[in-house]
Amino acid sequence: MSRLRLYQLAVVAGFILLLEALCLAGVIDKITMPPPHIIVRDLFRMIAAGRYFGDIGKSLANVLLAFATAYVLGVATGTILHGYRTARDILDPLFATYYAIPVFAFYPLFIVIFGLGDGPQVLIGILLAVVAVIVTTLNGVDRVPPVLKKTARVNGLSPLQTALRVTLPFCAPYLLTAAKLALAYAFIGVIGSEFIMARAGMGYEISYAYTNFDNATMYPLILMILLLSIAANGLLSYWERTLLARRGQK
Amino acid sequence: MAKEERAPLRHTIILIVGLFLFWQLAYLAVGDVALRSPWQTMRFLGTLMQTDVFWLHLADTLKAFAVALAIAIALGLLIGFALGLHRLSGDAMEPMLVALYSIPKITLYPIILLAFGVGISAKIAFGAIHGIIPVALFTLSAIRTIKPILIKTGRVLKLNPTVMVRAILFPAAVPEIFTGIRVGFSLTLIGTVLGEMFAAQRGLGYLLMNAISLYNIDLIMAVTFLLVVLAASVNALLLAVDRRLHHG
Repeated sequence: MSRLRLYQLAVVAGFILLLEALCLAGVIDKITMPPPHIIVRDLFRMIAAGRYFGDIGKSLANVLLAFATAYVLGVATGTILHGYRTARDILDPLFATYYAIPVFAFYPLFIVIFGLGDGPQVLIGILLAVVAVIVTTLNGVDRVPPVLKKTARVNGLSPLQTALRVTLPFCAPYLLTAAKLALAYAFIGVIGSEFIMARAGMGYEISYAYTNFDNATMYPLILMILLLSIAANGLLSYWERTLLARRGQK
Repeated sequence: MAKEERAPLRHTIILIVGLFLFWQLAYLAVGDVALRSPWQTMRFLGTLMQTDVFWLHLADTLKAFAVALAIAIALGLLIGFALGLHRLSGDAMEPMLVALYSIPKITLYPIILLAFGVGISAKIAFGAIHGIIPVALFTLSAIRTIKPILIKTGRVLKLNPTVMVRAILFPAAVPEIFTGIRVGFSLTLIGTVLGEMFAAQRGLGYLLMNAISLYNIDLIMAVTFLLVVLAASVNALLLAVDRRLHHG
């Protein structure tokens, strides 16, 4: 285990050092990319000065809104859909092809329909996230042992009670995987839309800084988004592993 | 047996009809201000296809996409094989690749633009970035799950590494690798179009963003429709091959 961590640390450190060396040696010129230590310094300065807090807050709020909506909608749909064989068979080809479709292509259309506000961005986030949640939930519900369902029936639980007390608790690891996917997709959807066209938000500020050759703003913001998404992903993965370990799987 | 084989086709047809119905209803609800009906969209797409400009944009997108896909598959296979054959490297790099997979890669696009300049090479690089990781991850897991007896047989026969890869590892891993290429195909296309939407002077993504600044709803709907149909039908085809490889 520790050998593994050491290896990973070496890869990351090696990569950063390589970038640093290439920047300092002038192979990567200053206009393309400042050396990593300057980026980190700029990031600290940015946070200390409280710059872009409004944009960061707006982006994160939209990511959370998209995540929460897609998650609740997806888990509910997945749980209900499990009981309807035909509906599921009909939707199956949609699920199989869904992630091949460039959902971002719908963004201009949404802007035309809803106006250039938070709405289209959150909607893109939801659209990207919701199907992953539905599919993962279905996957989990499929694995509920029949004996548990029978027990619920014997005890006279209503469908809602069965879902809340039996099915969903059993599926907890799957629901966590779904949360991980949904959060990643919500991030990609919201930040990506801000990037393409928006009036505020982290993605917007990065593209604005890019247009103005403002590397001192662009690189720290990019670094911050990468760190935020990796941290969120790492946290949920850790939780997922501990849950699986407690259940004695793996 | 024959009946069972026809069932998925029937479901797909019901699904497509349902989606068109939904589209028509949405059009009736929203109206001409922001939407076009399926029929209007397809008619506009028909006239669009008679213009030279459209084919220029399409050709540019497809060219960038084809090169990006070739790079993604080549590099993805290379990384996947290298990591799959070395236990420690594979164990260490797999979670890192998964983490990279889940970051919003669009944030890296300005860096690529600064490095390559606005043009086809930036699009290619951005598309390739999207495709490399899935191809690498699926190849890695394909190599890992090869039955040990096959590899042992190769060792007993004293095959050299090249023959080992060509005669044993690759054929045994093909179904999984194909799944990776299928996913990589979709993501590379998404990446290429996304790159064009952010900064480009040509391509379908550019056409889409240009249409929005002109408030040309016909054009937006036609291009979006074309992209969706293109992506969905190729994916359906690849999915069919994929399933045959896994069960055949």
